[in-house]
Amino acid sequence: MALIELRNIHKRFGRLVVLNGITLNVESGQALVIIGASGTGKSVLLKHIVGLLKPDRGEVWFDGQRIDKLPERDLQAVRQNFGFLFQMGALFDSVSVIDNVSFPLVEHTRKPKEDIQAIAQDKLAMVGLPEVGNKMPAELSGGQRKRVGLARAIALSPRVILYDEPTTGLDPIRSDVINELILKLQRELKVTSIIVTHDMNSAFKVANRIVMLHEGKIVFDGTVEQMKASEDEIVRRFVIGEAGEAELASLRLDQPPQFRLANQ
Amino acid sequence: MPVGMVEQVGRNTNNALAALGDFALFVARAIRFVFSDGWRWKTFRLWLPQAYEVGTRSVPVVSITGAFIGMVLSIESITQLKTVEQENRIGSIINVSVVKQIGPVLAAVMLAGRIGGALTAELGTMNVTEQLDALRVMGTDPIRYLVVPRFLACVLLTPILTIYSDLCGVVGAWLVSTKFLGVPSGPYWQYSAQGVDTWQIMEGLVKSLFFGAAIGLISCYKGFTCGAGASGVGRACTDSFVTSFIAIIILNFLAAKLAKDWYLLLFGSRSLFG
Repeated sequence: MALIELRNIHKRFGRLVVLNGITLNVESGQALVIIGASGTGKSVLLKHIVGLLKPDRGEVWFDGQRIDKLPERDLQAVRQNFGFLFQMGALFDSVSVIDNVSFPLVEHTRKPKEDIQAIAQDKLAMVGLPEVGNKMPAELSGGQRKRVGLARAIALSPRVILYDEPTTGLDPIRSDVINELILKLQRELKVTSIIVTHDMNSAFKVANRIVMLHEGKIVFDGTVEQMKASEDEIVRRFVIGEAGEAELASLRLDQPPQFRLANQ
Repeated sequence: MPVGMVEQVGRNTNNALAALGDFALFVARAIRFVFSDGWRWKTFRLWLPQAYEVGTRSVPVVSITGAFIGMVLSIESITQLKTVEQENRIGSIINVSVVKQIGPVLAAVMLAGRIGGALTAELGTMNVTEQLDALRVMGTDPIRYLVVPRFLACVLLTPILTIYSDLCGVVGAWLVSTKFLGVPSGPYWQYSAQGVDTWQIMEGLVKSLFFGAAIGLISCYKGFTCGAGASGVGRACTDSFVTSFIAIIILNFLAAKLAKDWYLLLFGSRSLFG
């Protein structure tokens, strides 16, 4: 049985249909990468897995339990199985780095303060930032914030880690550090990873399965090799980063300016 | 066009009712957590810095406002009282106004501006930077963790700040009346003691509890539901103050009506000039 099951998920915001019948099973230990253009519902899908958003239609299952109908109180217990790395880190900016990483331990364990600090320090060392504990989040660079966010996400030793665009906004070197970190955690903690990204270098490096979303539907589900060999027009253009006719239409110089603006 | 207008009115009504229902659920969850977790050490630890922010740091602004309102009331009342040769009774008139109405309402309005805006901005920024989602994902209810300490700080400290405001208003009025307007100090205090009774002081303090609750809940709710980006947070702060202000004056009206009815029922009518 799959660890995570999404069954026929539909979600719309107002008149905008974001997810249009997504069915997806994720096995334990997988490193699943979800790719797709901006605005295709990748992050929305990720938030359904952890119950931050509820589907309009469809079912979300985790470890044999249906979770999309659970009340908030019961969901809190389920969520302790997940670590979530947010796009910008989502660190609490009013407390220090060590307090950010300690937070889940303070909230959900009865360990003494010294033990909690020691665990938090271990997690910071695991992401390669043992020296930043006393700093405030505002003093960190973008890459450091993501790594601290990751240290916080693994503080409770979750079974599943969800990454929301982990390399967005980082230079290629910092991106590669994050990729290596994802692989390291996958290897050492034996977790299930679901990574949302549109960075193909990152996707090819960390994935053992790739799913592509397009207009609210899954248009590709396979391995890295299968994706590289795919002849599907949408998949091929996304992989090599080539804009299509529809995307380029808005840039045509023979259109009057107001038309170009309306198309953007 | 009429169909479009009807559709728009229908949509706006629907949105308003949905927002009201959403706010009611938010309040119900906050109140439930107050009873289940409000007494815990963890909540007290989170409450303490909020109490400092809401209470201690608001003392100067609330005191200054109270004092100056007392002074202004003295200047405005003395002329009319002199025409009926009742200027010695100025203390009873001003102090009843300060203790029952102006002290609690002005303290609450100042708090809505100073604290309400800050709470909305803080929680709104946490919302748009996904910090609220981060709390949820880590299995912590943000209403329990963030709203309850702030709500309790507003509820418990608004009455205390109202006492400061009342006190400064009374002293301000005494200062101007006796030092600049020629009212003797003895009769000022004598008539004040006659005019202001425990019921009136309690009326002011009890309604300030509700003002504090309204400020805390509205400010936190607006932060939790603010729109995206800096403009979303800014708009939420403005909404927060305006909604809190309207809630304060409506609650004040209801409290005045209820208190008056009960007072008449229990003690009957009583004149300040009797």
